[in-house]
Order: sequence, then C-alpha cells, then structure tokens
Amino acid sequence: MRSITFSQAVNEAIAEEMRRDECVFLIGEDVAEAGTPFKVTSGLVEEFGTDRVIDTPIAEPGFMGLAVGAAMTGARPIVDLMFGDFLFLVMDQLCNQAAKTHYMSGGKLQVPLVLRTNLGATRRSAAQHSQSLHALVAHIPGLKVAMPSSAYEAKGLMKTAIRDDNPVVIFEDKLMYQDKAQVPEEEYFIPLGEANILRDGTDITLIGTSSMRQVCESAAELLGEEGISAEVIDPRTIVPLDEAKILESVKKTSRAIVVDEGHQNFGTTAEIAARISEKVFYHLDAPVIRMGAMDVPVPFSPALEDLTVPTPEGVAENARKIVAGELVHAL
Amino acid sequence: MSKKLKNNAEDYLRMYRQMVRIRTFEDNANQLYLDAKMPGLTHMYSGQEAVAVGVCEALEATDKITSTHRGHGHCVAKGANFKEMFCELLGKREGYCRGKGGSMHIADQSNGNLGANAIVGGSMGIATGSALRAKLQGANDVTVCFFGDGATAQGLLYEVMNMAALWKLPVIYVCENNGYSEYTRTDEIAAGEITARAKAFGIEAYQVDGQDVLAVNKLTSELVERARKGAGPFFVELLTYRYHGHHVGDINRTYYRSKEEEAEWKNNRDPIDLFGAWLIKEGLASDNDLTGVRDAIGVEASEAVAYALDAPYPDAAEVGMHVYAEVD
Repeated sequence: MRSITFSQAVNEAIAEEMRRDECVFLIGEDVAEAGTPFKVTSGLVEEFGTDRVIDTPIAEPGFMGLAVGAAMTGARPIVDLMFGDFLFLVMDQLCNQAAKTHYMSGGKLQVPLVLRTNLGATRRSAAQHSQSLHALVAHIPGLKVAMPSSAYEAKGLMKTAIRDDNPVVIFEDKLMYQDKAQVPEEEYFIPLGEANILRDGTDITLIGTSSMRQVCESAAELLGEEGISAEVIDPRTIVPLDEAKILESVKKTSRAIVVDEGHQNFGTTAEIAARISEKVFYHLDAPVIRMGAMDVPVPFSPALEDLTVPTPEGVAENARKIVAGELVHAL
Repeated sequence: MSKKLKNNAEDYLRMYRQMVRIRTFEDNANQLYLDAKMPGLTHMYSGQEAVAVGVCEALEATDKITSTHRGHGHCVAKGANFKEMFCELLGKREGYCRGKGGSMHIADQSNGNLGANAIVGGSMGIATGSALRAKLQGANDVTVCFFGDGATAQGLLYEVMNMAALWKLPVIYVCENNGYSEYTRTDEIAAGEITARAKAFGIEAYQVDGQDVLAVNKLTSELVERARKGAGPFFVELLTYRYHGHHVGDINRTYYRSKEEEAEWKNNRDPIDLFGAWLIKEGLASDNDLTGVRDAIGVEASEAVAYALDAPYPDAAEVGMHVYAEVD
C-alpha cells in the first residue's frame, strides 16, 4: 500500500467526490490558487475551475450562510474554515441554521454540507489560532463531528461526510497535515460512528481523539515496556459516538483514561467519561480520568504552550497510578 | 415585458384575494392567541400585505423565498394552505413542519418557501446561497430574501450582498421597512439611507410604496425577469406599516408610537382598501364581488381553524425524529 500525507488524503477525497458528483463544490477563503494556507486544496481549482472551487471574501458568517442555503436547495458544499477558532464567527449559521433546519422543517429540508476546519495547539500561534473547539459543535443536536486521526481516517471520513445528508464538521489537526500513513489506492469509506481499536489490551483503556490517538499509542508503548497492557481506541467521530465499542473495552479492562485536545472543562473527555461512569460503573476498578487541554487560553510562549496539552508521558503516568490502585486526584 | 406582469381581471382579483387571505389568516391567528388557544407568541403581518403579494405574484413556484419571524404573509403569498399553516401554529402533526417549527419556522418547500427564521437577518445567507446554487447548476430560478428594516443592522447582510454582487447572483433583497425595529423607531437605529447601503456594492436599489400592490408587483416583476437573465442582484426597500405590535403580546405601545399614527395608516393607507377601491374604479369588480371574496375567505379560515384545533398533536415518538436525516 502506498503512503501519503494527511493533506494529500483530504485533497484526494474532495477531488474524487467532486469528480463523481457535480453538486459538490468547495467554498472558503483562499481555497483556489492559494490552496489554503496549509496547501490542502492545491490543484483542485485547476481541475474543477473557479465555479466549483470558490474563493470568498474574508466573511466567514457570509460564506457559511451561503453554503447552508446552497445545501438546502440541492447542492453539496464543502466549506473551508481556515482556522477552527473562526467557528465563533459562524455559530449562528452553523448552530441556529444548519443544525436545526431538518428538525424544524419536520424532516422536509436537508442541509448536506461539510465544514472542514482544524484544531490543535503547539504551533506557536497563540490563543486565537490554536483552539480545539469540537466540543462546542458536538453539543448541538443536528451536527455530526468527525476527528480524523491519520491520513487514512482523513480520506475515509471525508468521503463519507460528503455523501451524508446532514451537516458534518470535520476537525483536522493542523499539525498532522504532513504526517504520512498507509492509504489504499482503491476507494474506501469509513462510517461515521465507528470507533477503531488500534491496540488490544487488558489493564486499561486509553481513548484518544484526533492526534491524541498517537499520544495514547505512545503512552501504551511506554506502559507496555513496564508490563501494563493498554487498549487504545480512536472514536474517529464524536457525534455519533461509538459508545458500544468504548463500553465493551472498559468492561474488559475496568479502567479508562479519555484524552482529547479540547479544554477539559465541560469537554469531550467529560462526556465520554460520564457515559462510561453511568453505564459500566460496576465494572470499574478506578475513577475514569479526563485528560484535556488545560483550561487556559493557549499561550504563545513555547515554554508555556507545551504545558497545556496532554503528552504520552502524562498519560502513562496517570495510567500507572490507577493501575496501581492510587488516586490521580488526591482527596 | 414580464409574462408575470399582471394585466387582466383574473390576475388582479387573485392578488386581492391573496391579500385578504393574509389579513384573514392573521386576524384568526391573533384571536387564537387572545383566546389562549395558541402556544407561544406570533408576529402579525397585517398592514404589509401588498409587499408579500406584490412580490410573490412576480414569482414562479420554482422560485425560492426566505422569510422572517413575521412570515405568515410570505407563506400565504407563496401558495401555502390555511389548514397546514394553522396546524403548524398550533403545534399539530399535520402542520407544514409536523408541529416542530411553529409560527417562526414555517417552511413550505413545495412552493419554494425555504422557511421563516427566528434570527433577525438569519436567512440572508440562505437566500444568497440558494441563488449561488442556481447559478452553479444553471437553474433559472430566482431567490427573494425578505427581511425587515431592523435586520439591516446585521453585518451578515453586507457580507452576502458583497458576494452576491461580485458573483452576479439571482437574488433580490426585499427590505420591508415598516418603520419599527421591534420596539424602536427605525430612524433611531438606521444611519443614512437604507438603499445607499446596497448601492455601495454596485447593486441597483429601489424604494417603492409598499402599500401599493401594483407598484410593488410591477417593479418586482421587472427585477425578477432581469435577475433570471443574470442581471442581479437587486435591492428593494418597501415603505410599509405594521398594524400590530412587534408580536401579539405587544399591546401597550404608545411609548414608541402614537395611536394617531396607527389610525392614519389603517384608515388612509390600508393596502387592501386601496387596491379594492382601484378594482372598483377600474370596473374590474363590484363592491359586492369584493365582499363575496372576503366572506368566502372568512369561511375558509374558520374551517381551517376548527380543523386545526381538533387535529392531533404529534405522537411522542416524534420528539427524537428528524434530528438527523437518514443515511442510505
């Protein structure tokens, strides 16, 4: 199998779907000749022209609104939102309009659109270009949320999302665009709501979204050297969430740490930890531990920024404690 | 010249009938509120009928509109039925949205109504996006974006007008200036001329008497046909008046407008009275004809209200349906 970058995988998924379906188009800031600041969409305008790869003014609510209207009337837009932090600018169009239209119309109208954006700190971009805001979106019924953890997931989830008849928000870790992974030449899809078990284990379950999957895999390596067997699960989408696979794993291991790059308070880690605690409490041998980003605006200084996100060492340390029967949080 | 331009008695009488249908619908909706038979609140369109009818009579069923929280008039004018509308207002299963939208979210996609919107200015992007879709797919439908003077304060309007002008989209921005932004006079919230804002983007903008259905229809018909041929977008400001308060519960409103002002519009500038008088003067209908139209619509509305009051609510199982579209 060949190996391609995350960025190439996204590009291929969009190109394949645009070739297949003329209703699909791409819209956003600097998506055409510039190919976005991360060069993810390079080459698309050359193949599909400026009618279907549309550069917009810097007007996020405006082009988000256009995409909603186009989707409601028969097109399948892919919206490129340059940074996840700009979600705050498009919240009305995304959460009040796109998310609710199908429900409010009693099922008569649909909004088949994909909103591509990103997450991830440690790029030295400070507090307004580093946030991981997927939990905000996941809170709103009517939206689906995908968090690809490698080039393989990026392509398979994007293709599924484009064909989904609902608004799907895809968060790509902006630090992973150049990371390579094995990606089949032939067409494939990854269903929304199907978690992936990356590593079998018996002592503890590490649940990691997006690039926190790699953090969990590295932690599992460290733990393995010490004789602790960690199972690693990548939910791949948080809405819908493959709760069954996560609960099955925790029933087996009886311990869990949930790792995610969004803020910890009221976050994705809290939601998954709560579901585990509610539903398989009597299988647990230890409290479920949340590990999110620190609850501070992302600082600029590298000396500070690196302290704010979960690391393999931090995950391994907490895992060691709970496997040993110690408390992570002192009473 | 537009094929839709009204030029015969039948067309004129249909326009009269549609205006009366809106007024009658609203009178019944208001009564349902006063009788505590309607859940929640609603926003009356009464007084502005010539705008919705003048504009929508210039459109085909395939043309799209986006509507507002004050949207019953647009919905009726675009072809909706009383029965499904009253059912929706009462939260009944047979409503246009199965009772899940209510007054502020009525949508009737079978007639191209993409829906009312409870966020002021919230549908401006949707309308412009519908027009973008039409252009990309080579469809020849036009989208009309209805909004009020209050919504001109929203930044979204200027973002989407910029794109519509850059890309020559077939959209017509229809600003219904009824003089009041909720409970505040429009001249207190809007600097400069409203049409000048559209002109700044190079968009042709017009101001027209929103109580004169023929003037509204003539202008809109011309603009719709030009937009269909790629000459859009356009902007129209219609000067009109809201007879009721911001919503049905806004009864004591002398702190923001006088009873004399309300009486002046109702007595001397009522769009239905003005058009009825014109029909009689032109010999297109008699006083008796028009009374007959109003009576028949009154009966139709009463029957629809009675039907809706007796209609079943949605089954409890529906609460979790339609959050997501089914995936094949």
